Amino acid sequence: MGDSAYSFSLTTFSRTGKLLQIEYALNAVANGRTALGIAAVDGVVIATDKKFASALVEGGDVSKVEAITDSSGFVYAGVGPDYRLLVRKARKSAQAYFREYRETKPVGQLVKSTASVMQEYTQSGGVRPFGVSLLVAGIDGDGVPRLFQVDPSGAYFGWKATAIGKNYVNAKNFLEKRFQDDMELEDAIHTALLTLREGFEGEMDGHNIEVGVVSKSDGKFRLLTPEQIQDYLDEAN
Amino acid sequence: SITFFELTALHNIIFSSCHRHRHRHIHHNFLRVSKKPQHKGNYHSTLLLPTAPLSPHNSPPTQTHRKQYYHNRKMSILEYNGAAVIAMAGKDCVGIASDNRLGIQYQTVAMDFKKVFKMNDTLFVGLAGLATDVQTLDQLLRFRMNLYELREERTMTPQVFTNLLSNILYEKRFGPYFAEPVVAGLDEKGSPYLATMDLIGAIETTKDFVVSGTCDGNLYGMCETLYKPDLGKEELFETLAQALLASVDRDALSGWGGVVHIITKEGVMSRELKGRQD
Repeated sequence: MGDSAYSFSLTTFSRTGKLLQIEYALNAVANGRTALGIAAVDGVVIATDKKFASALVEGGDVSKVEAITDSSGFVYAGVGPDYRLLVRKARKSAQAYFREYRETKPVGQLVKSTASVMQEYTQSGGVRPFGVSLLVAGIDGDGVPRLFQVDPSGAYFGWKATAIGKNYVNAKNFLEKRFQDDMELEDAIHTALLTLREGFEGEMDGHNIEVGVVSKSDGKFRLLTPEQIQDYLDEAN
Repeated sequence: SITFFELTALHNIIFSSCHRHRHRHIHHNFLRVSKKPQHKGNYHSTLLLPTAPLSPHNSPPTQTHRKQYYHNRKMSILEYNGAAVIAMAGKDCVGIASDNRLGIQYQTVAMDFKKVFKMNDTLFVGLAGLATDVQTLDQLLRFRMNLYELREERTMTPQVFTNLLSNILYEKRFGPYFAEPVVAGLDEKGSPYLATMDLIGAIETTKDFVVSGTCDGNLYGMCETLYKPDLGKEELFETLAQALLASVDRDALSGWGGVVHIITKEGVMSRELKGRQD
């Protein structure tokens, strides 16, 4: 963190009042692979595409959608290694919370502490901002499904549905047209897959996308298996 | 039996006043009570008794001359101030009660010392033990709870509170707060919640009653005898009051009246108890 020899921040204000490092970080996010999320009335779905540079890549063990607690998960757009650090910190903070209170850390608290970490890296000595935007999905004890976006600046927003990364503008327009307040989880998953397909180059199947779902019925965050994804895709066809 | 922490703290409090090592040249007008230390080193806790001076000149009272020389019991740090705390569950209600005494060993110093603290409308905590730790824990708990409620925008449930308190106590595992708390509240559904823990945070939740204090043995006996499940709030009040008063009457270190709080969904009913003022 800020324990380098630098005692001054590398993120400083420009004359126009912008923090250019954060702007540049957002550029890095906009170049990342698309990720999106939809909050239905009975659950939340997050998804991203997982296209690899070559057919030789063995992608089975690398996840982009990650569970943080039993009932919440992250997905990202941007620089993968930065994301992994945030996932590790968020998991540790969630476990520390459980140790203190014996209660699962609520999604809102998770978002606040992760956002706080991201903000620290825009003001501490010798570090650069994270090159990721996160989508956080989860359900608290109160049963309300929640979807949040966290940006490199540490700003966070609650969403009903959103997309980040490459092609996010088109994806968000698509979502705006398709989203309904009374949407159920199954519809949300279908819509998410359709939205992903819009910007997808080539054939989309269960192995080159990742989908994470948290449902109100059991409150557990889980990744869909490639077979389950393939089933949804077949239904959509 | 005496634990390590109690011994070291004991050593600090008692032996700071014992001038065996400092004034070897002064004529001691004290008679050592026991013949030989039973334990090695500094852990011997039997104190000295005064005798009549052998010379017409009294030995000048040193700064460390204290009334505590007049007893010869082993003293435990959890018994230094005296306390009795009790909580019971009724039908959709809980009650929590404590005595009012604050003493410094056998000397009573206050008859209105609060040991039960309201955390919110449906959560009370009673703390028995060293008075300074009782007060400090009340402040610490309030601090942590306020921050939690501001951050999370919701009230803390009794279960979460109990775990938080346990965590706070265990953080000081090797230099603990000398207090044994009792938690009483109504959970989100309105059902009674009772818990107690030792001074280092080992939690015990029960459905009927929890006790703590210098007369906890007496309190257990009274509760076991008088308790019935599903009491209404007036009956619960009577039961708590009788159990508390009968227990503290047989304990020199607790008493001087008491206070009882009955917590229901509608609100809290608090009443002062008049007991033997001794």
